Amino acid sequence: MKKLLAVLLTLTMVAGAAVGCGSKSEEPAKSEPAQNEDASAQAPADADTSAPAADGEEPYIAMIALGFSHQFWQAVKSGADQAAADLGVKITFEGPEQETMVDKQVDMLKTALGNNPSAVCMAAIDNEAVAGILQEAKGKGIKVVGFDAGVGEAESEAKCSTDSLAAGALAAEHAAELLGGKGKIGIVGHSQTVVDAVERVVGFKDKIAADYPDIEIVDEQYGEGDHLKSAEVAKSMMQANPDIQLIYTSNEGACVGAYNGLKEANKLKDVKLVGFDSSAAMKEAIKSGEIAGAITQDPVGMGYKTIETAVKLMNGESVESFIDTGCYWYDASNMDDPKIAPLLYD
Amino acid sequence: MKVKSLLKNKDVSHKLIILATFFLLVIFFSIMKPSYASYDNIMTILLATCVNGLLALGCSFVIITGGIDISVGTVMTFSCVMSGTAFTVWHFPIWLAILFGFLVGTLCGAINGFAVAKMMLPPFIATMAMQMITKGLSLVVSGIKPVYFTGADGYQNIAIGEFLGIPGFYNAIIILVIAAIVAHILFSRILIGRYDLAIGSNEEAARLSGIKVNQWKIGIYALCGLFCGVAGLVMSSRLNSAQPQLGPGYELEAIAAAVIGGNSLTGGEGSIVGTLIGALIISSLTNGLRIMAVSTEIQSAIVGLVLALAVFFDQMRRKKG
Repeated sequence: MKKLLAVLLTLTMVAGAAVGCGSKSEEPAKSEPAQNEDASAQAPADADTSAPAADGEEPYIAMIALGFSHQFWQAVKSGADQAAADLGVKITFEGPEQETMVDKQVDMLKTALGNNPSAVCMAAIDNEAVAGILQEAKGKGIKVVGFDAGVGEAESEAKCSTDSLAAGALAAEHAAELLGGKGKIGIVGHSQTVVDAVERVVGFKDKIAADYPDIEIVDEQYGEGDHLKSAEVAKSMMQANPDIQLIYTSNEGACVGAYNGLKEANKLKDVKLVGFDSSAAMKEAIKSGEIAGAITQDPVGMGYKTIETAVKLMNGESVESFIDTGCYWYDASNMDDPKIAPLLYD
Repeated sequence: MKVKSLLKNKDVSHKLIILATFFLLVIFFSIMKPSYASYDNIMTILLATCVNGLLALGCSFVIITGGIDISVGTVMTFSCVMSGTAFTVWHFPIWLAILFGFLVGTLCGAINGFAVAKMMLPPFIATMAMQMITKGLSLVVSGIKPVYFTGADGYQNIAIGEFLGIPGFYNAIIILVIAAIVAHILFSRILIGRYDLAIGSNEEAARLSGIKVNQWKIGIYALCGLFCGVAGLVMSSRLNSAQPQLGPGYELEAIAAAVIGGNSLTGGEGSIVGTLIGALIISSLTNGLRIMAVSTEIQSAIVGLVLALAVFFDQMRRKKG
């Protein structure tokens, strides 16, 4: 019995360690307060300077994204890391595993605030869920910067993101051009709750409705950005409306999913595909012309500008309330362009 | 007379009920949208059943013991990530990489079984731990990037190549059919199936009558892991890549299929054919709702309703029986 107990305990510990590994992004955040204490212990004279950018002590910025594992977030993180190195701040970057886990994100925010950051940069899954917490943080003098999906306007001092309505409209212009101004379109979206995702679709639909009377949007479905589900969605959409000539997809998962679905249904030649974001699979299909083209944001620049904006605010400088980090259309003809290529990630 | 006695047989009557449900669904959608019953769409539905069907088959064995496996989705992902890593990083030949993926799945399952049988963890906890472990490891091993199989010529054909050149008839469907036949034989003709039922109906009685319950449990969970490995092959072949962040959520759909198929969560009752029909019901329902352009949020609500009704009718039937 004792032996069994020992084995059980060992396994629990191993499991605990493994679970810890799974959410490794939390670890730096946890070790933060210890380091801060160290710093203040070494320099007690500086302890009363609450100015975040005080010399000798690296200010800490907590960054919380909608997700973590997706390559987009990794690209944002790389930009943020770069800015942190350039500007001499310490950052942590976290995000829940799925872009629907509101509760997990709220926990991450609370934990991060417990570590006394100078600024919080956030892309909220649900504005309402974090509004109260952010207001409180703001009251304590913590700077709040929204990025990507951002946070509520009342809670943040600035937002660095792609203008998603404009990005959707840009996609619509190119879709209309591909169709010659006439035809039927289906939409495979990835989320009906994330503001950003909704705006990509709304911007697209508004542009079509306003400027292209001969183009009709016949179906609009959502596949959670899951590659397999989006493939099924695209296939059943084609089954219901065989005369769809173009499918617009609102993120990488939706795009590659729809691509796989069309490939399986042998419809790649008949249906033009317009995507969003990028990945190795998307780049290859765009290069070969199987996907007509896509909109890319500038995730690296977004990460960089977000940290830069936070540091400016911490230093008492004034910033614009909305900083557009830009978006571009790319297809086989311009994807190797030195302006575009660095924005496309694998 | 014969029909009546057939209906009295519990197993058969349940299968008939779910089969009837399935056909009613198909007829309903075909009337609403004639293109639903087209050859292409039927193949689409069958293909959409494959991944979930394989996971549900594995799950069934575990559910019949009175256990549960909520790690099937992430074990599937982990095994194809490992298979992809073996191929792209360690340069295994592709067939060996595929077998390696199966081995990883089986091993994860065996560890689940060990935790349940020998370490006496409740199945929900043991497999939840495995779910978290494999989710984390998939991300670590892949570096949070998809693992592409583009270097293996014809890898995509494993799932979406056409079987014997029949247009639209995908290999994945054959993989599911073969897996189902194997599962059915294991379940109804070989000891493991009988012991499976015995453990589920009364574990203590099974132990007292000399069945090595612990060993069989490990075997049954390992078998479930193997099915996850096969599902991982189909999944990664369809996507031509292993997507490390997929997986969570798939277990619920698999358990739903097993439950709609009449596998009792308290164990001791169930069938492979039922599970297969359960998986078919889910995919034909989702496909039909999509074709009718029902909005995504309502689709989810309807599938939930069907799940509740299926279990409700099953309970009613049991009370009567």
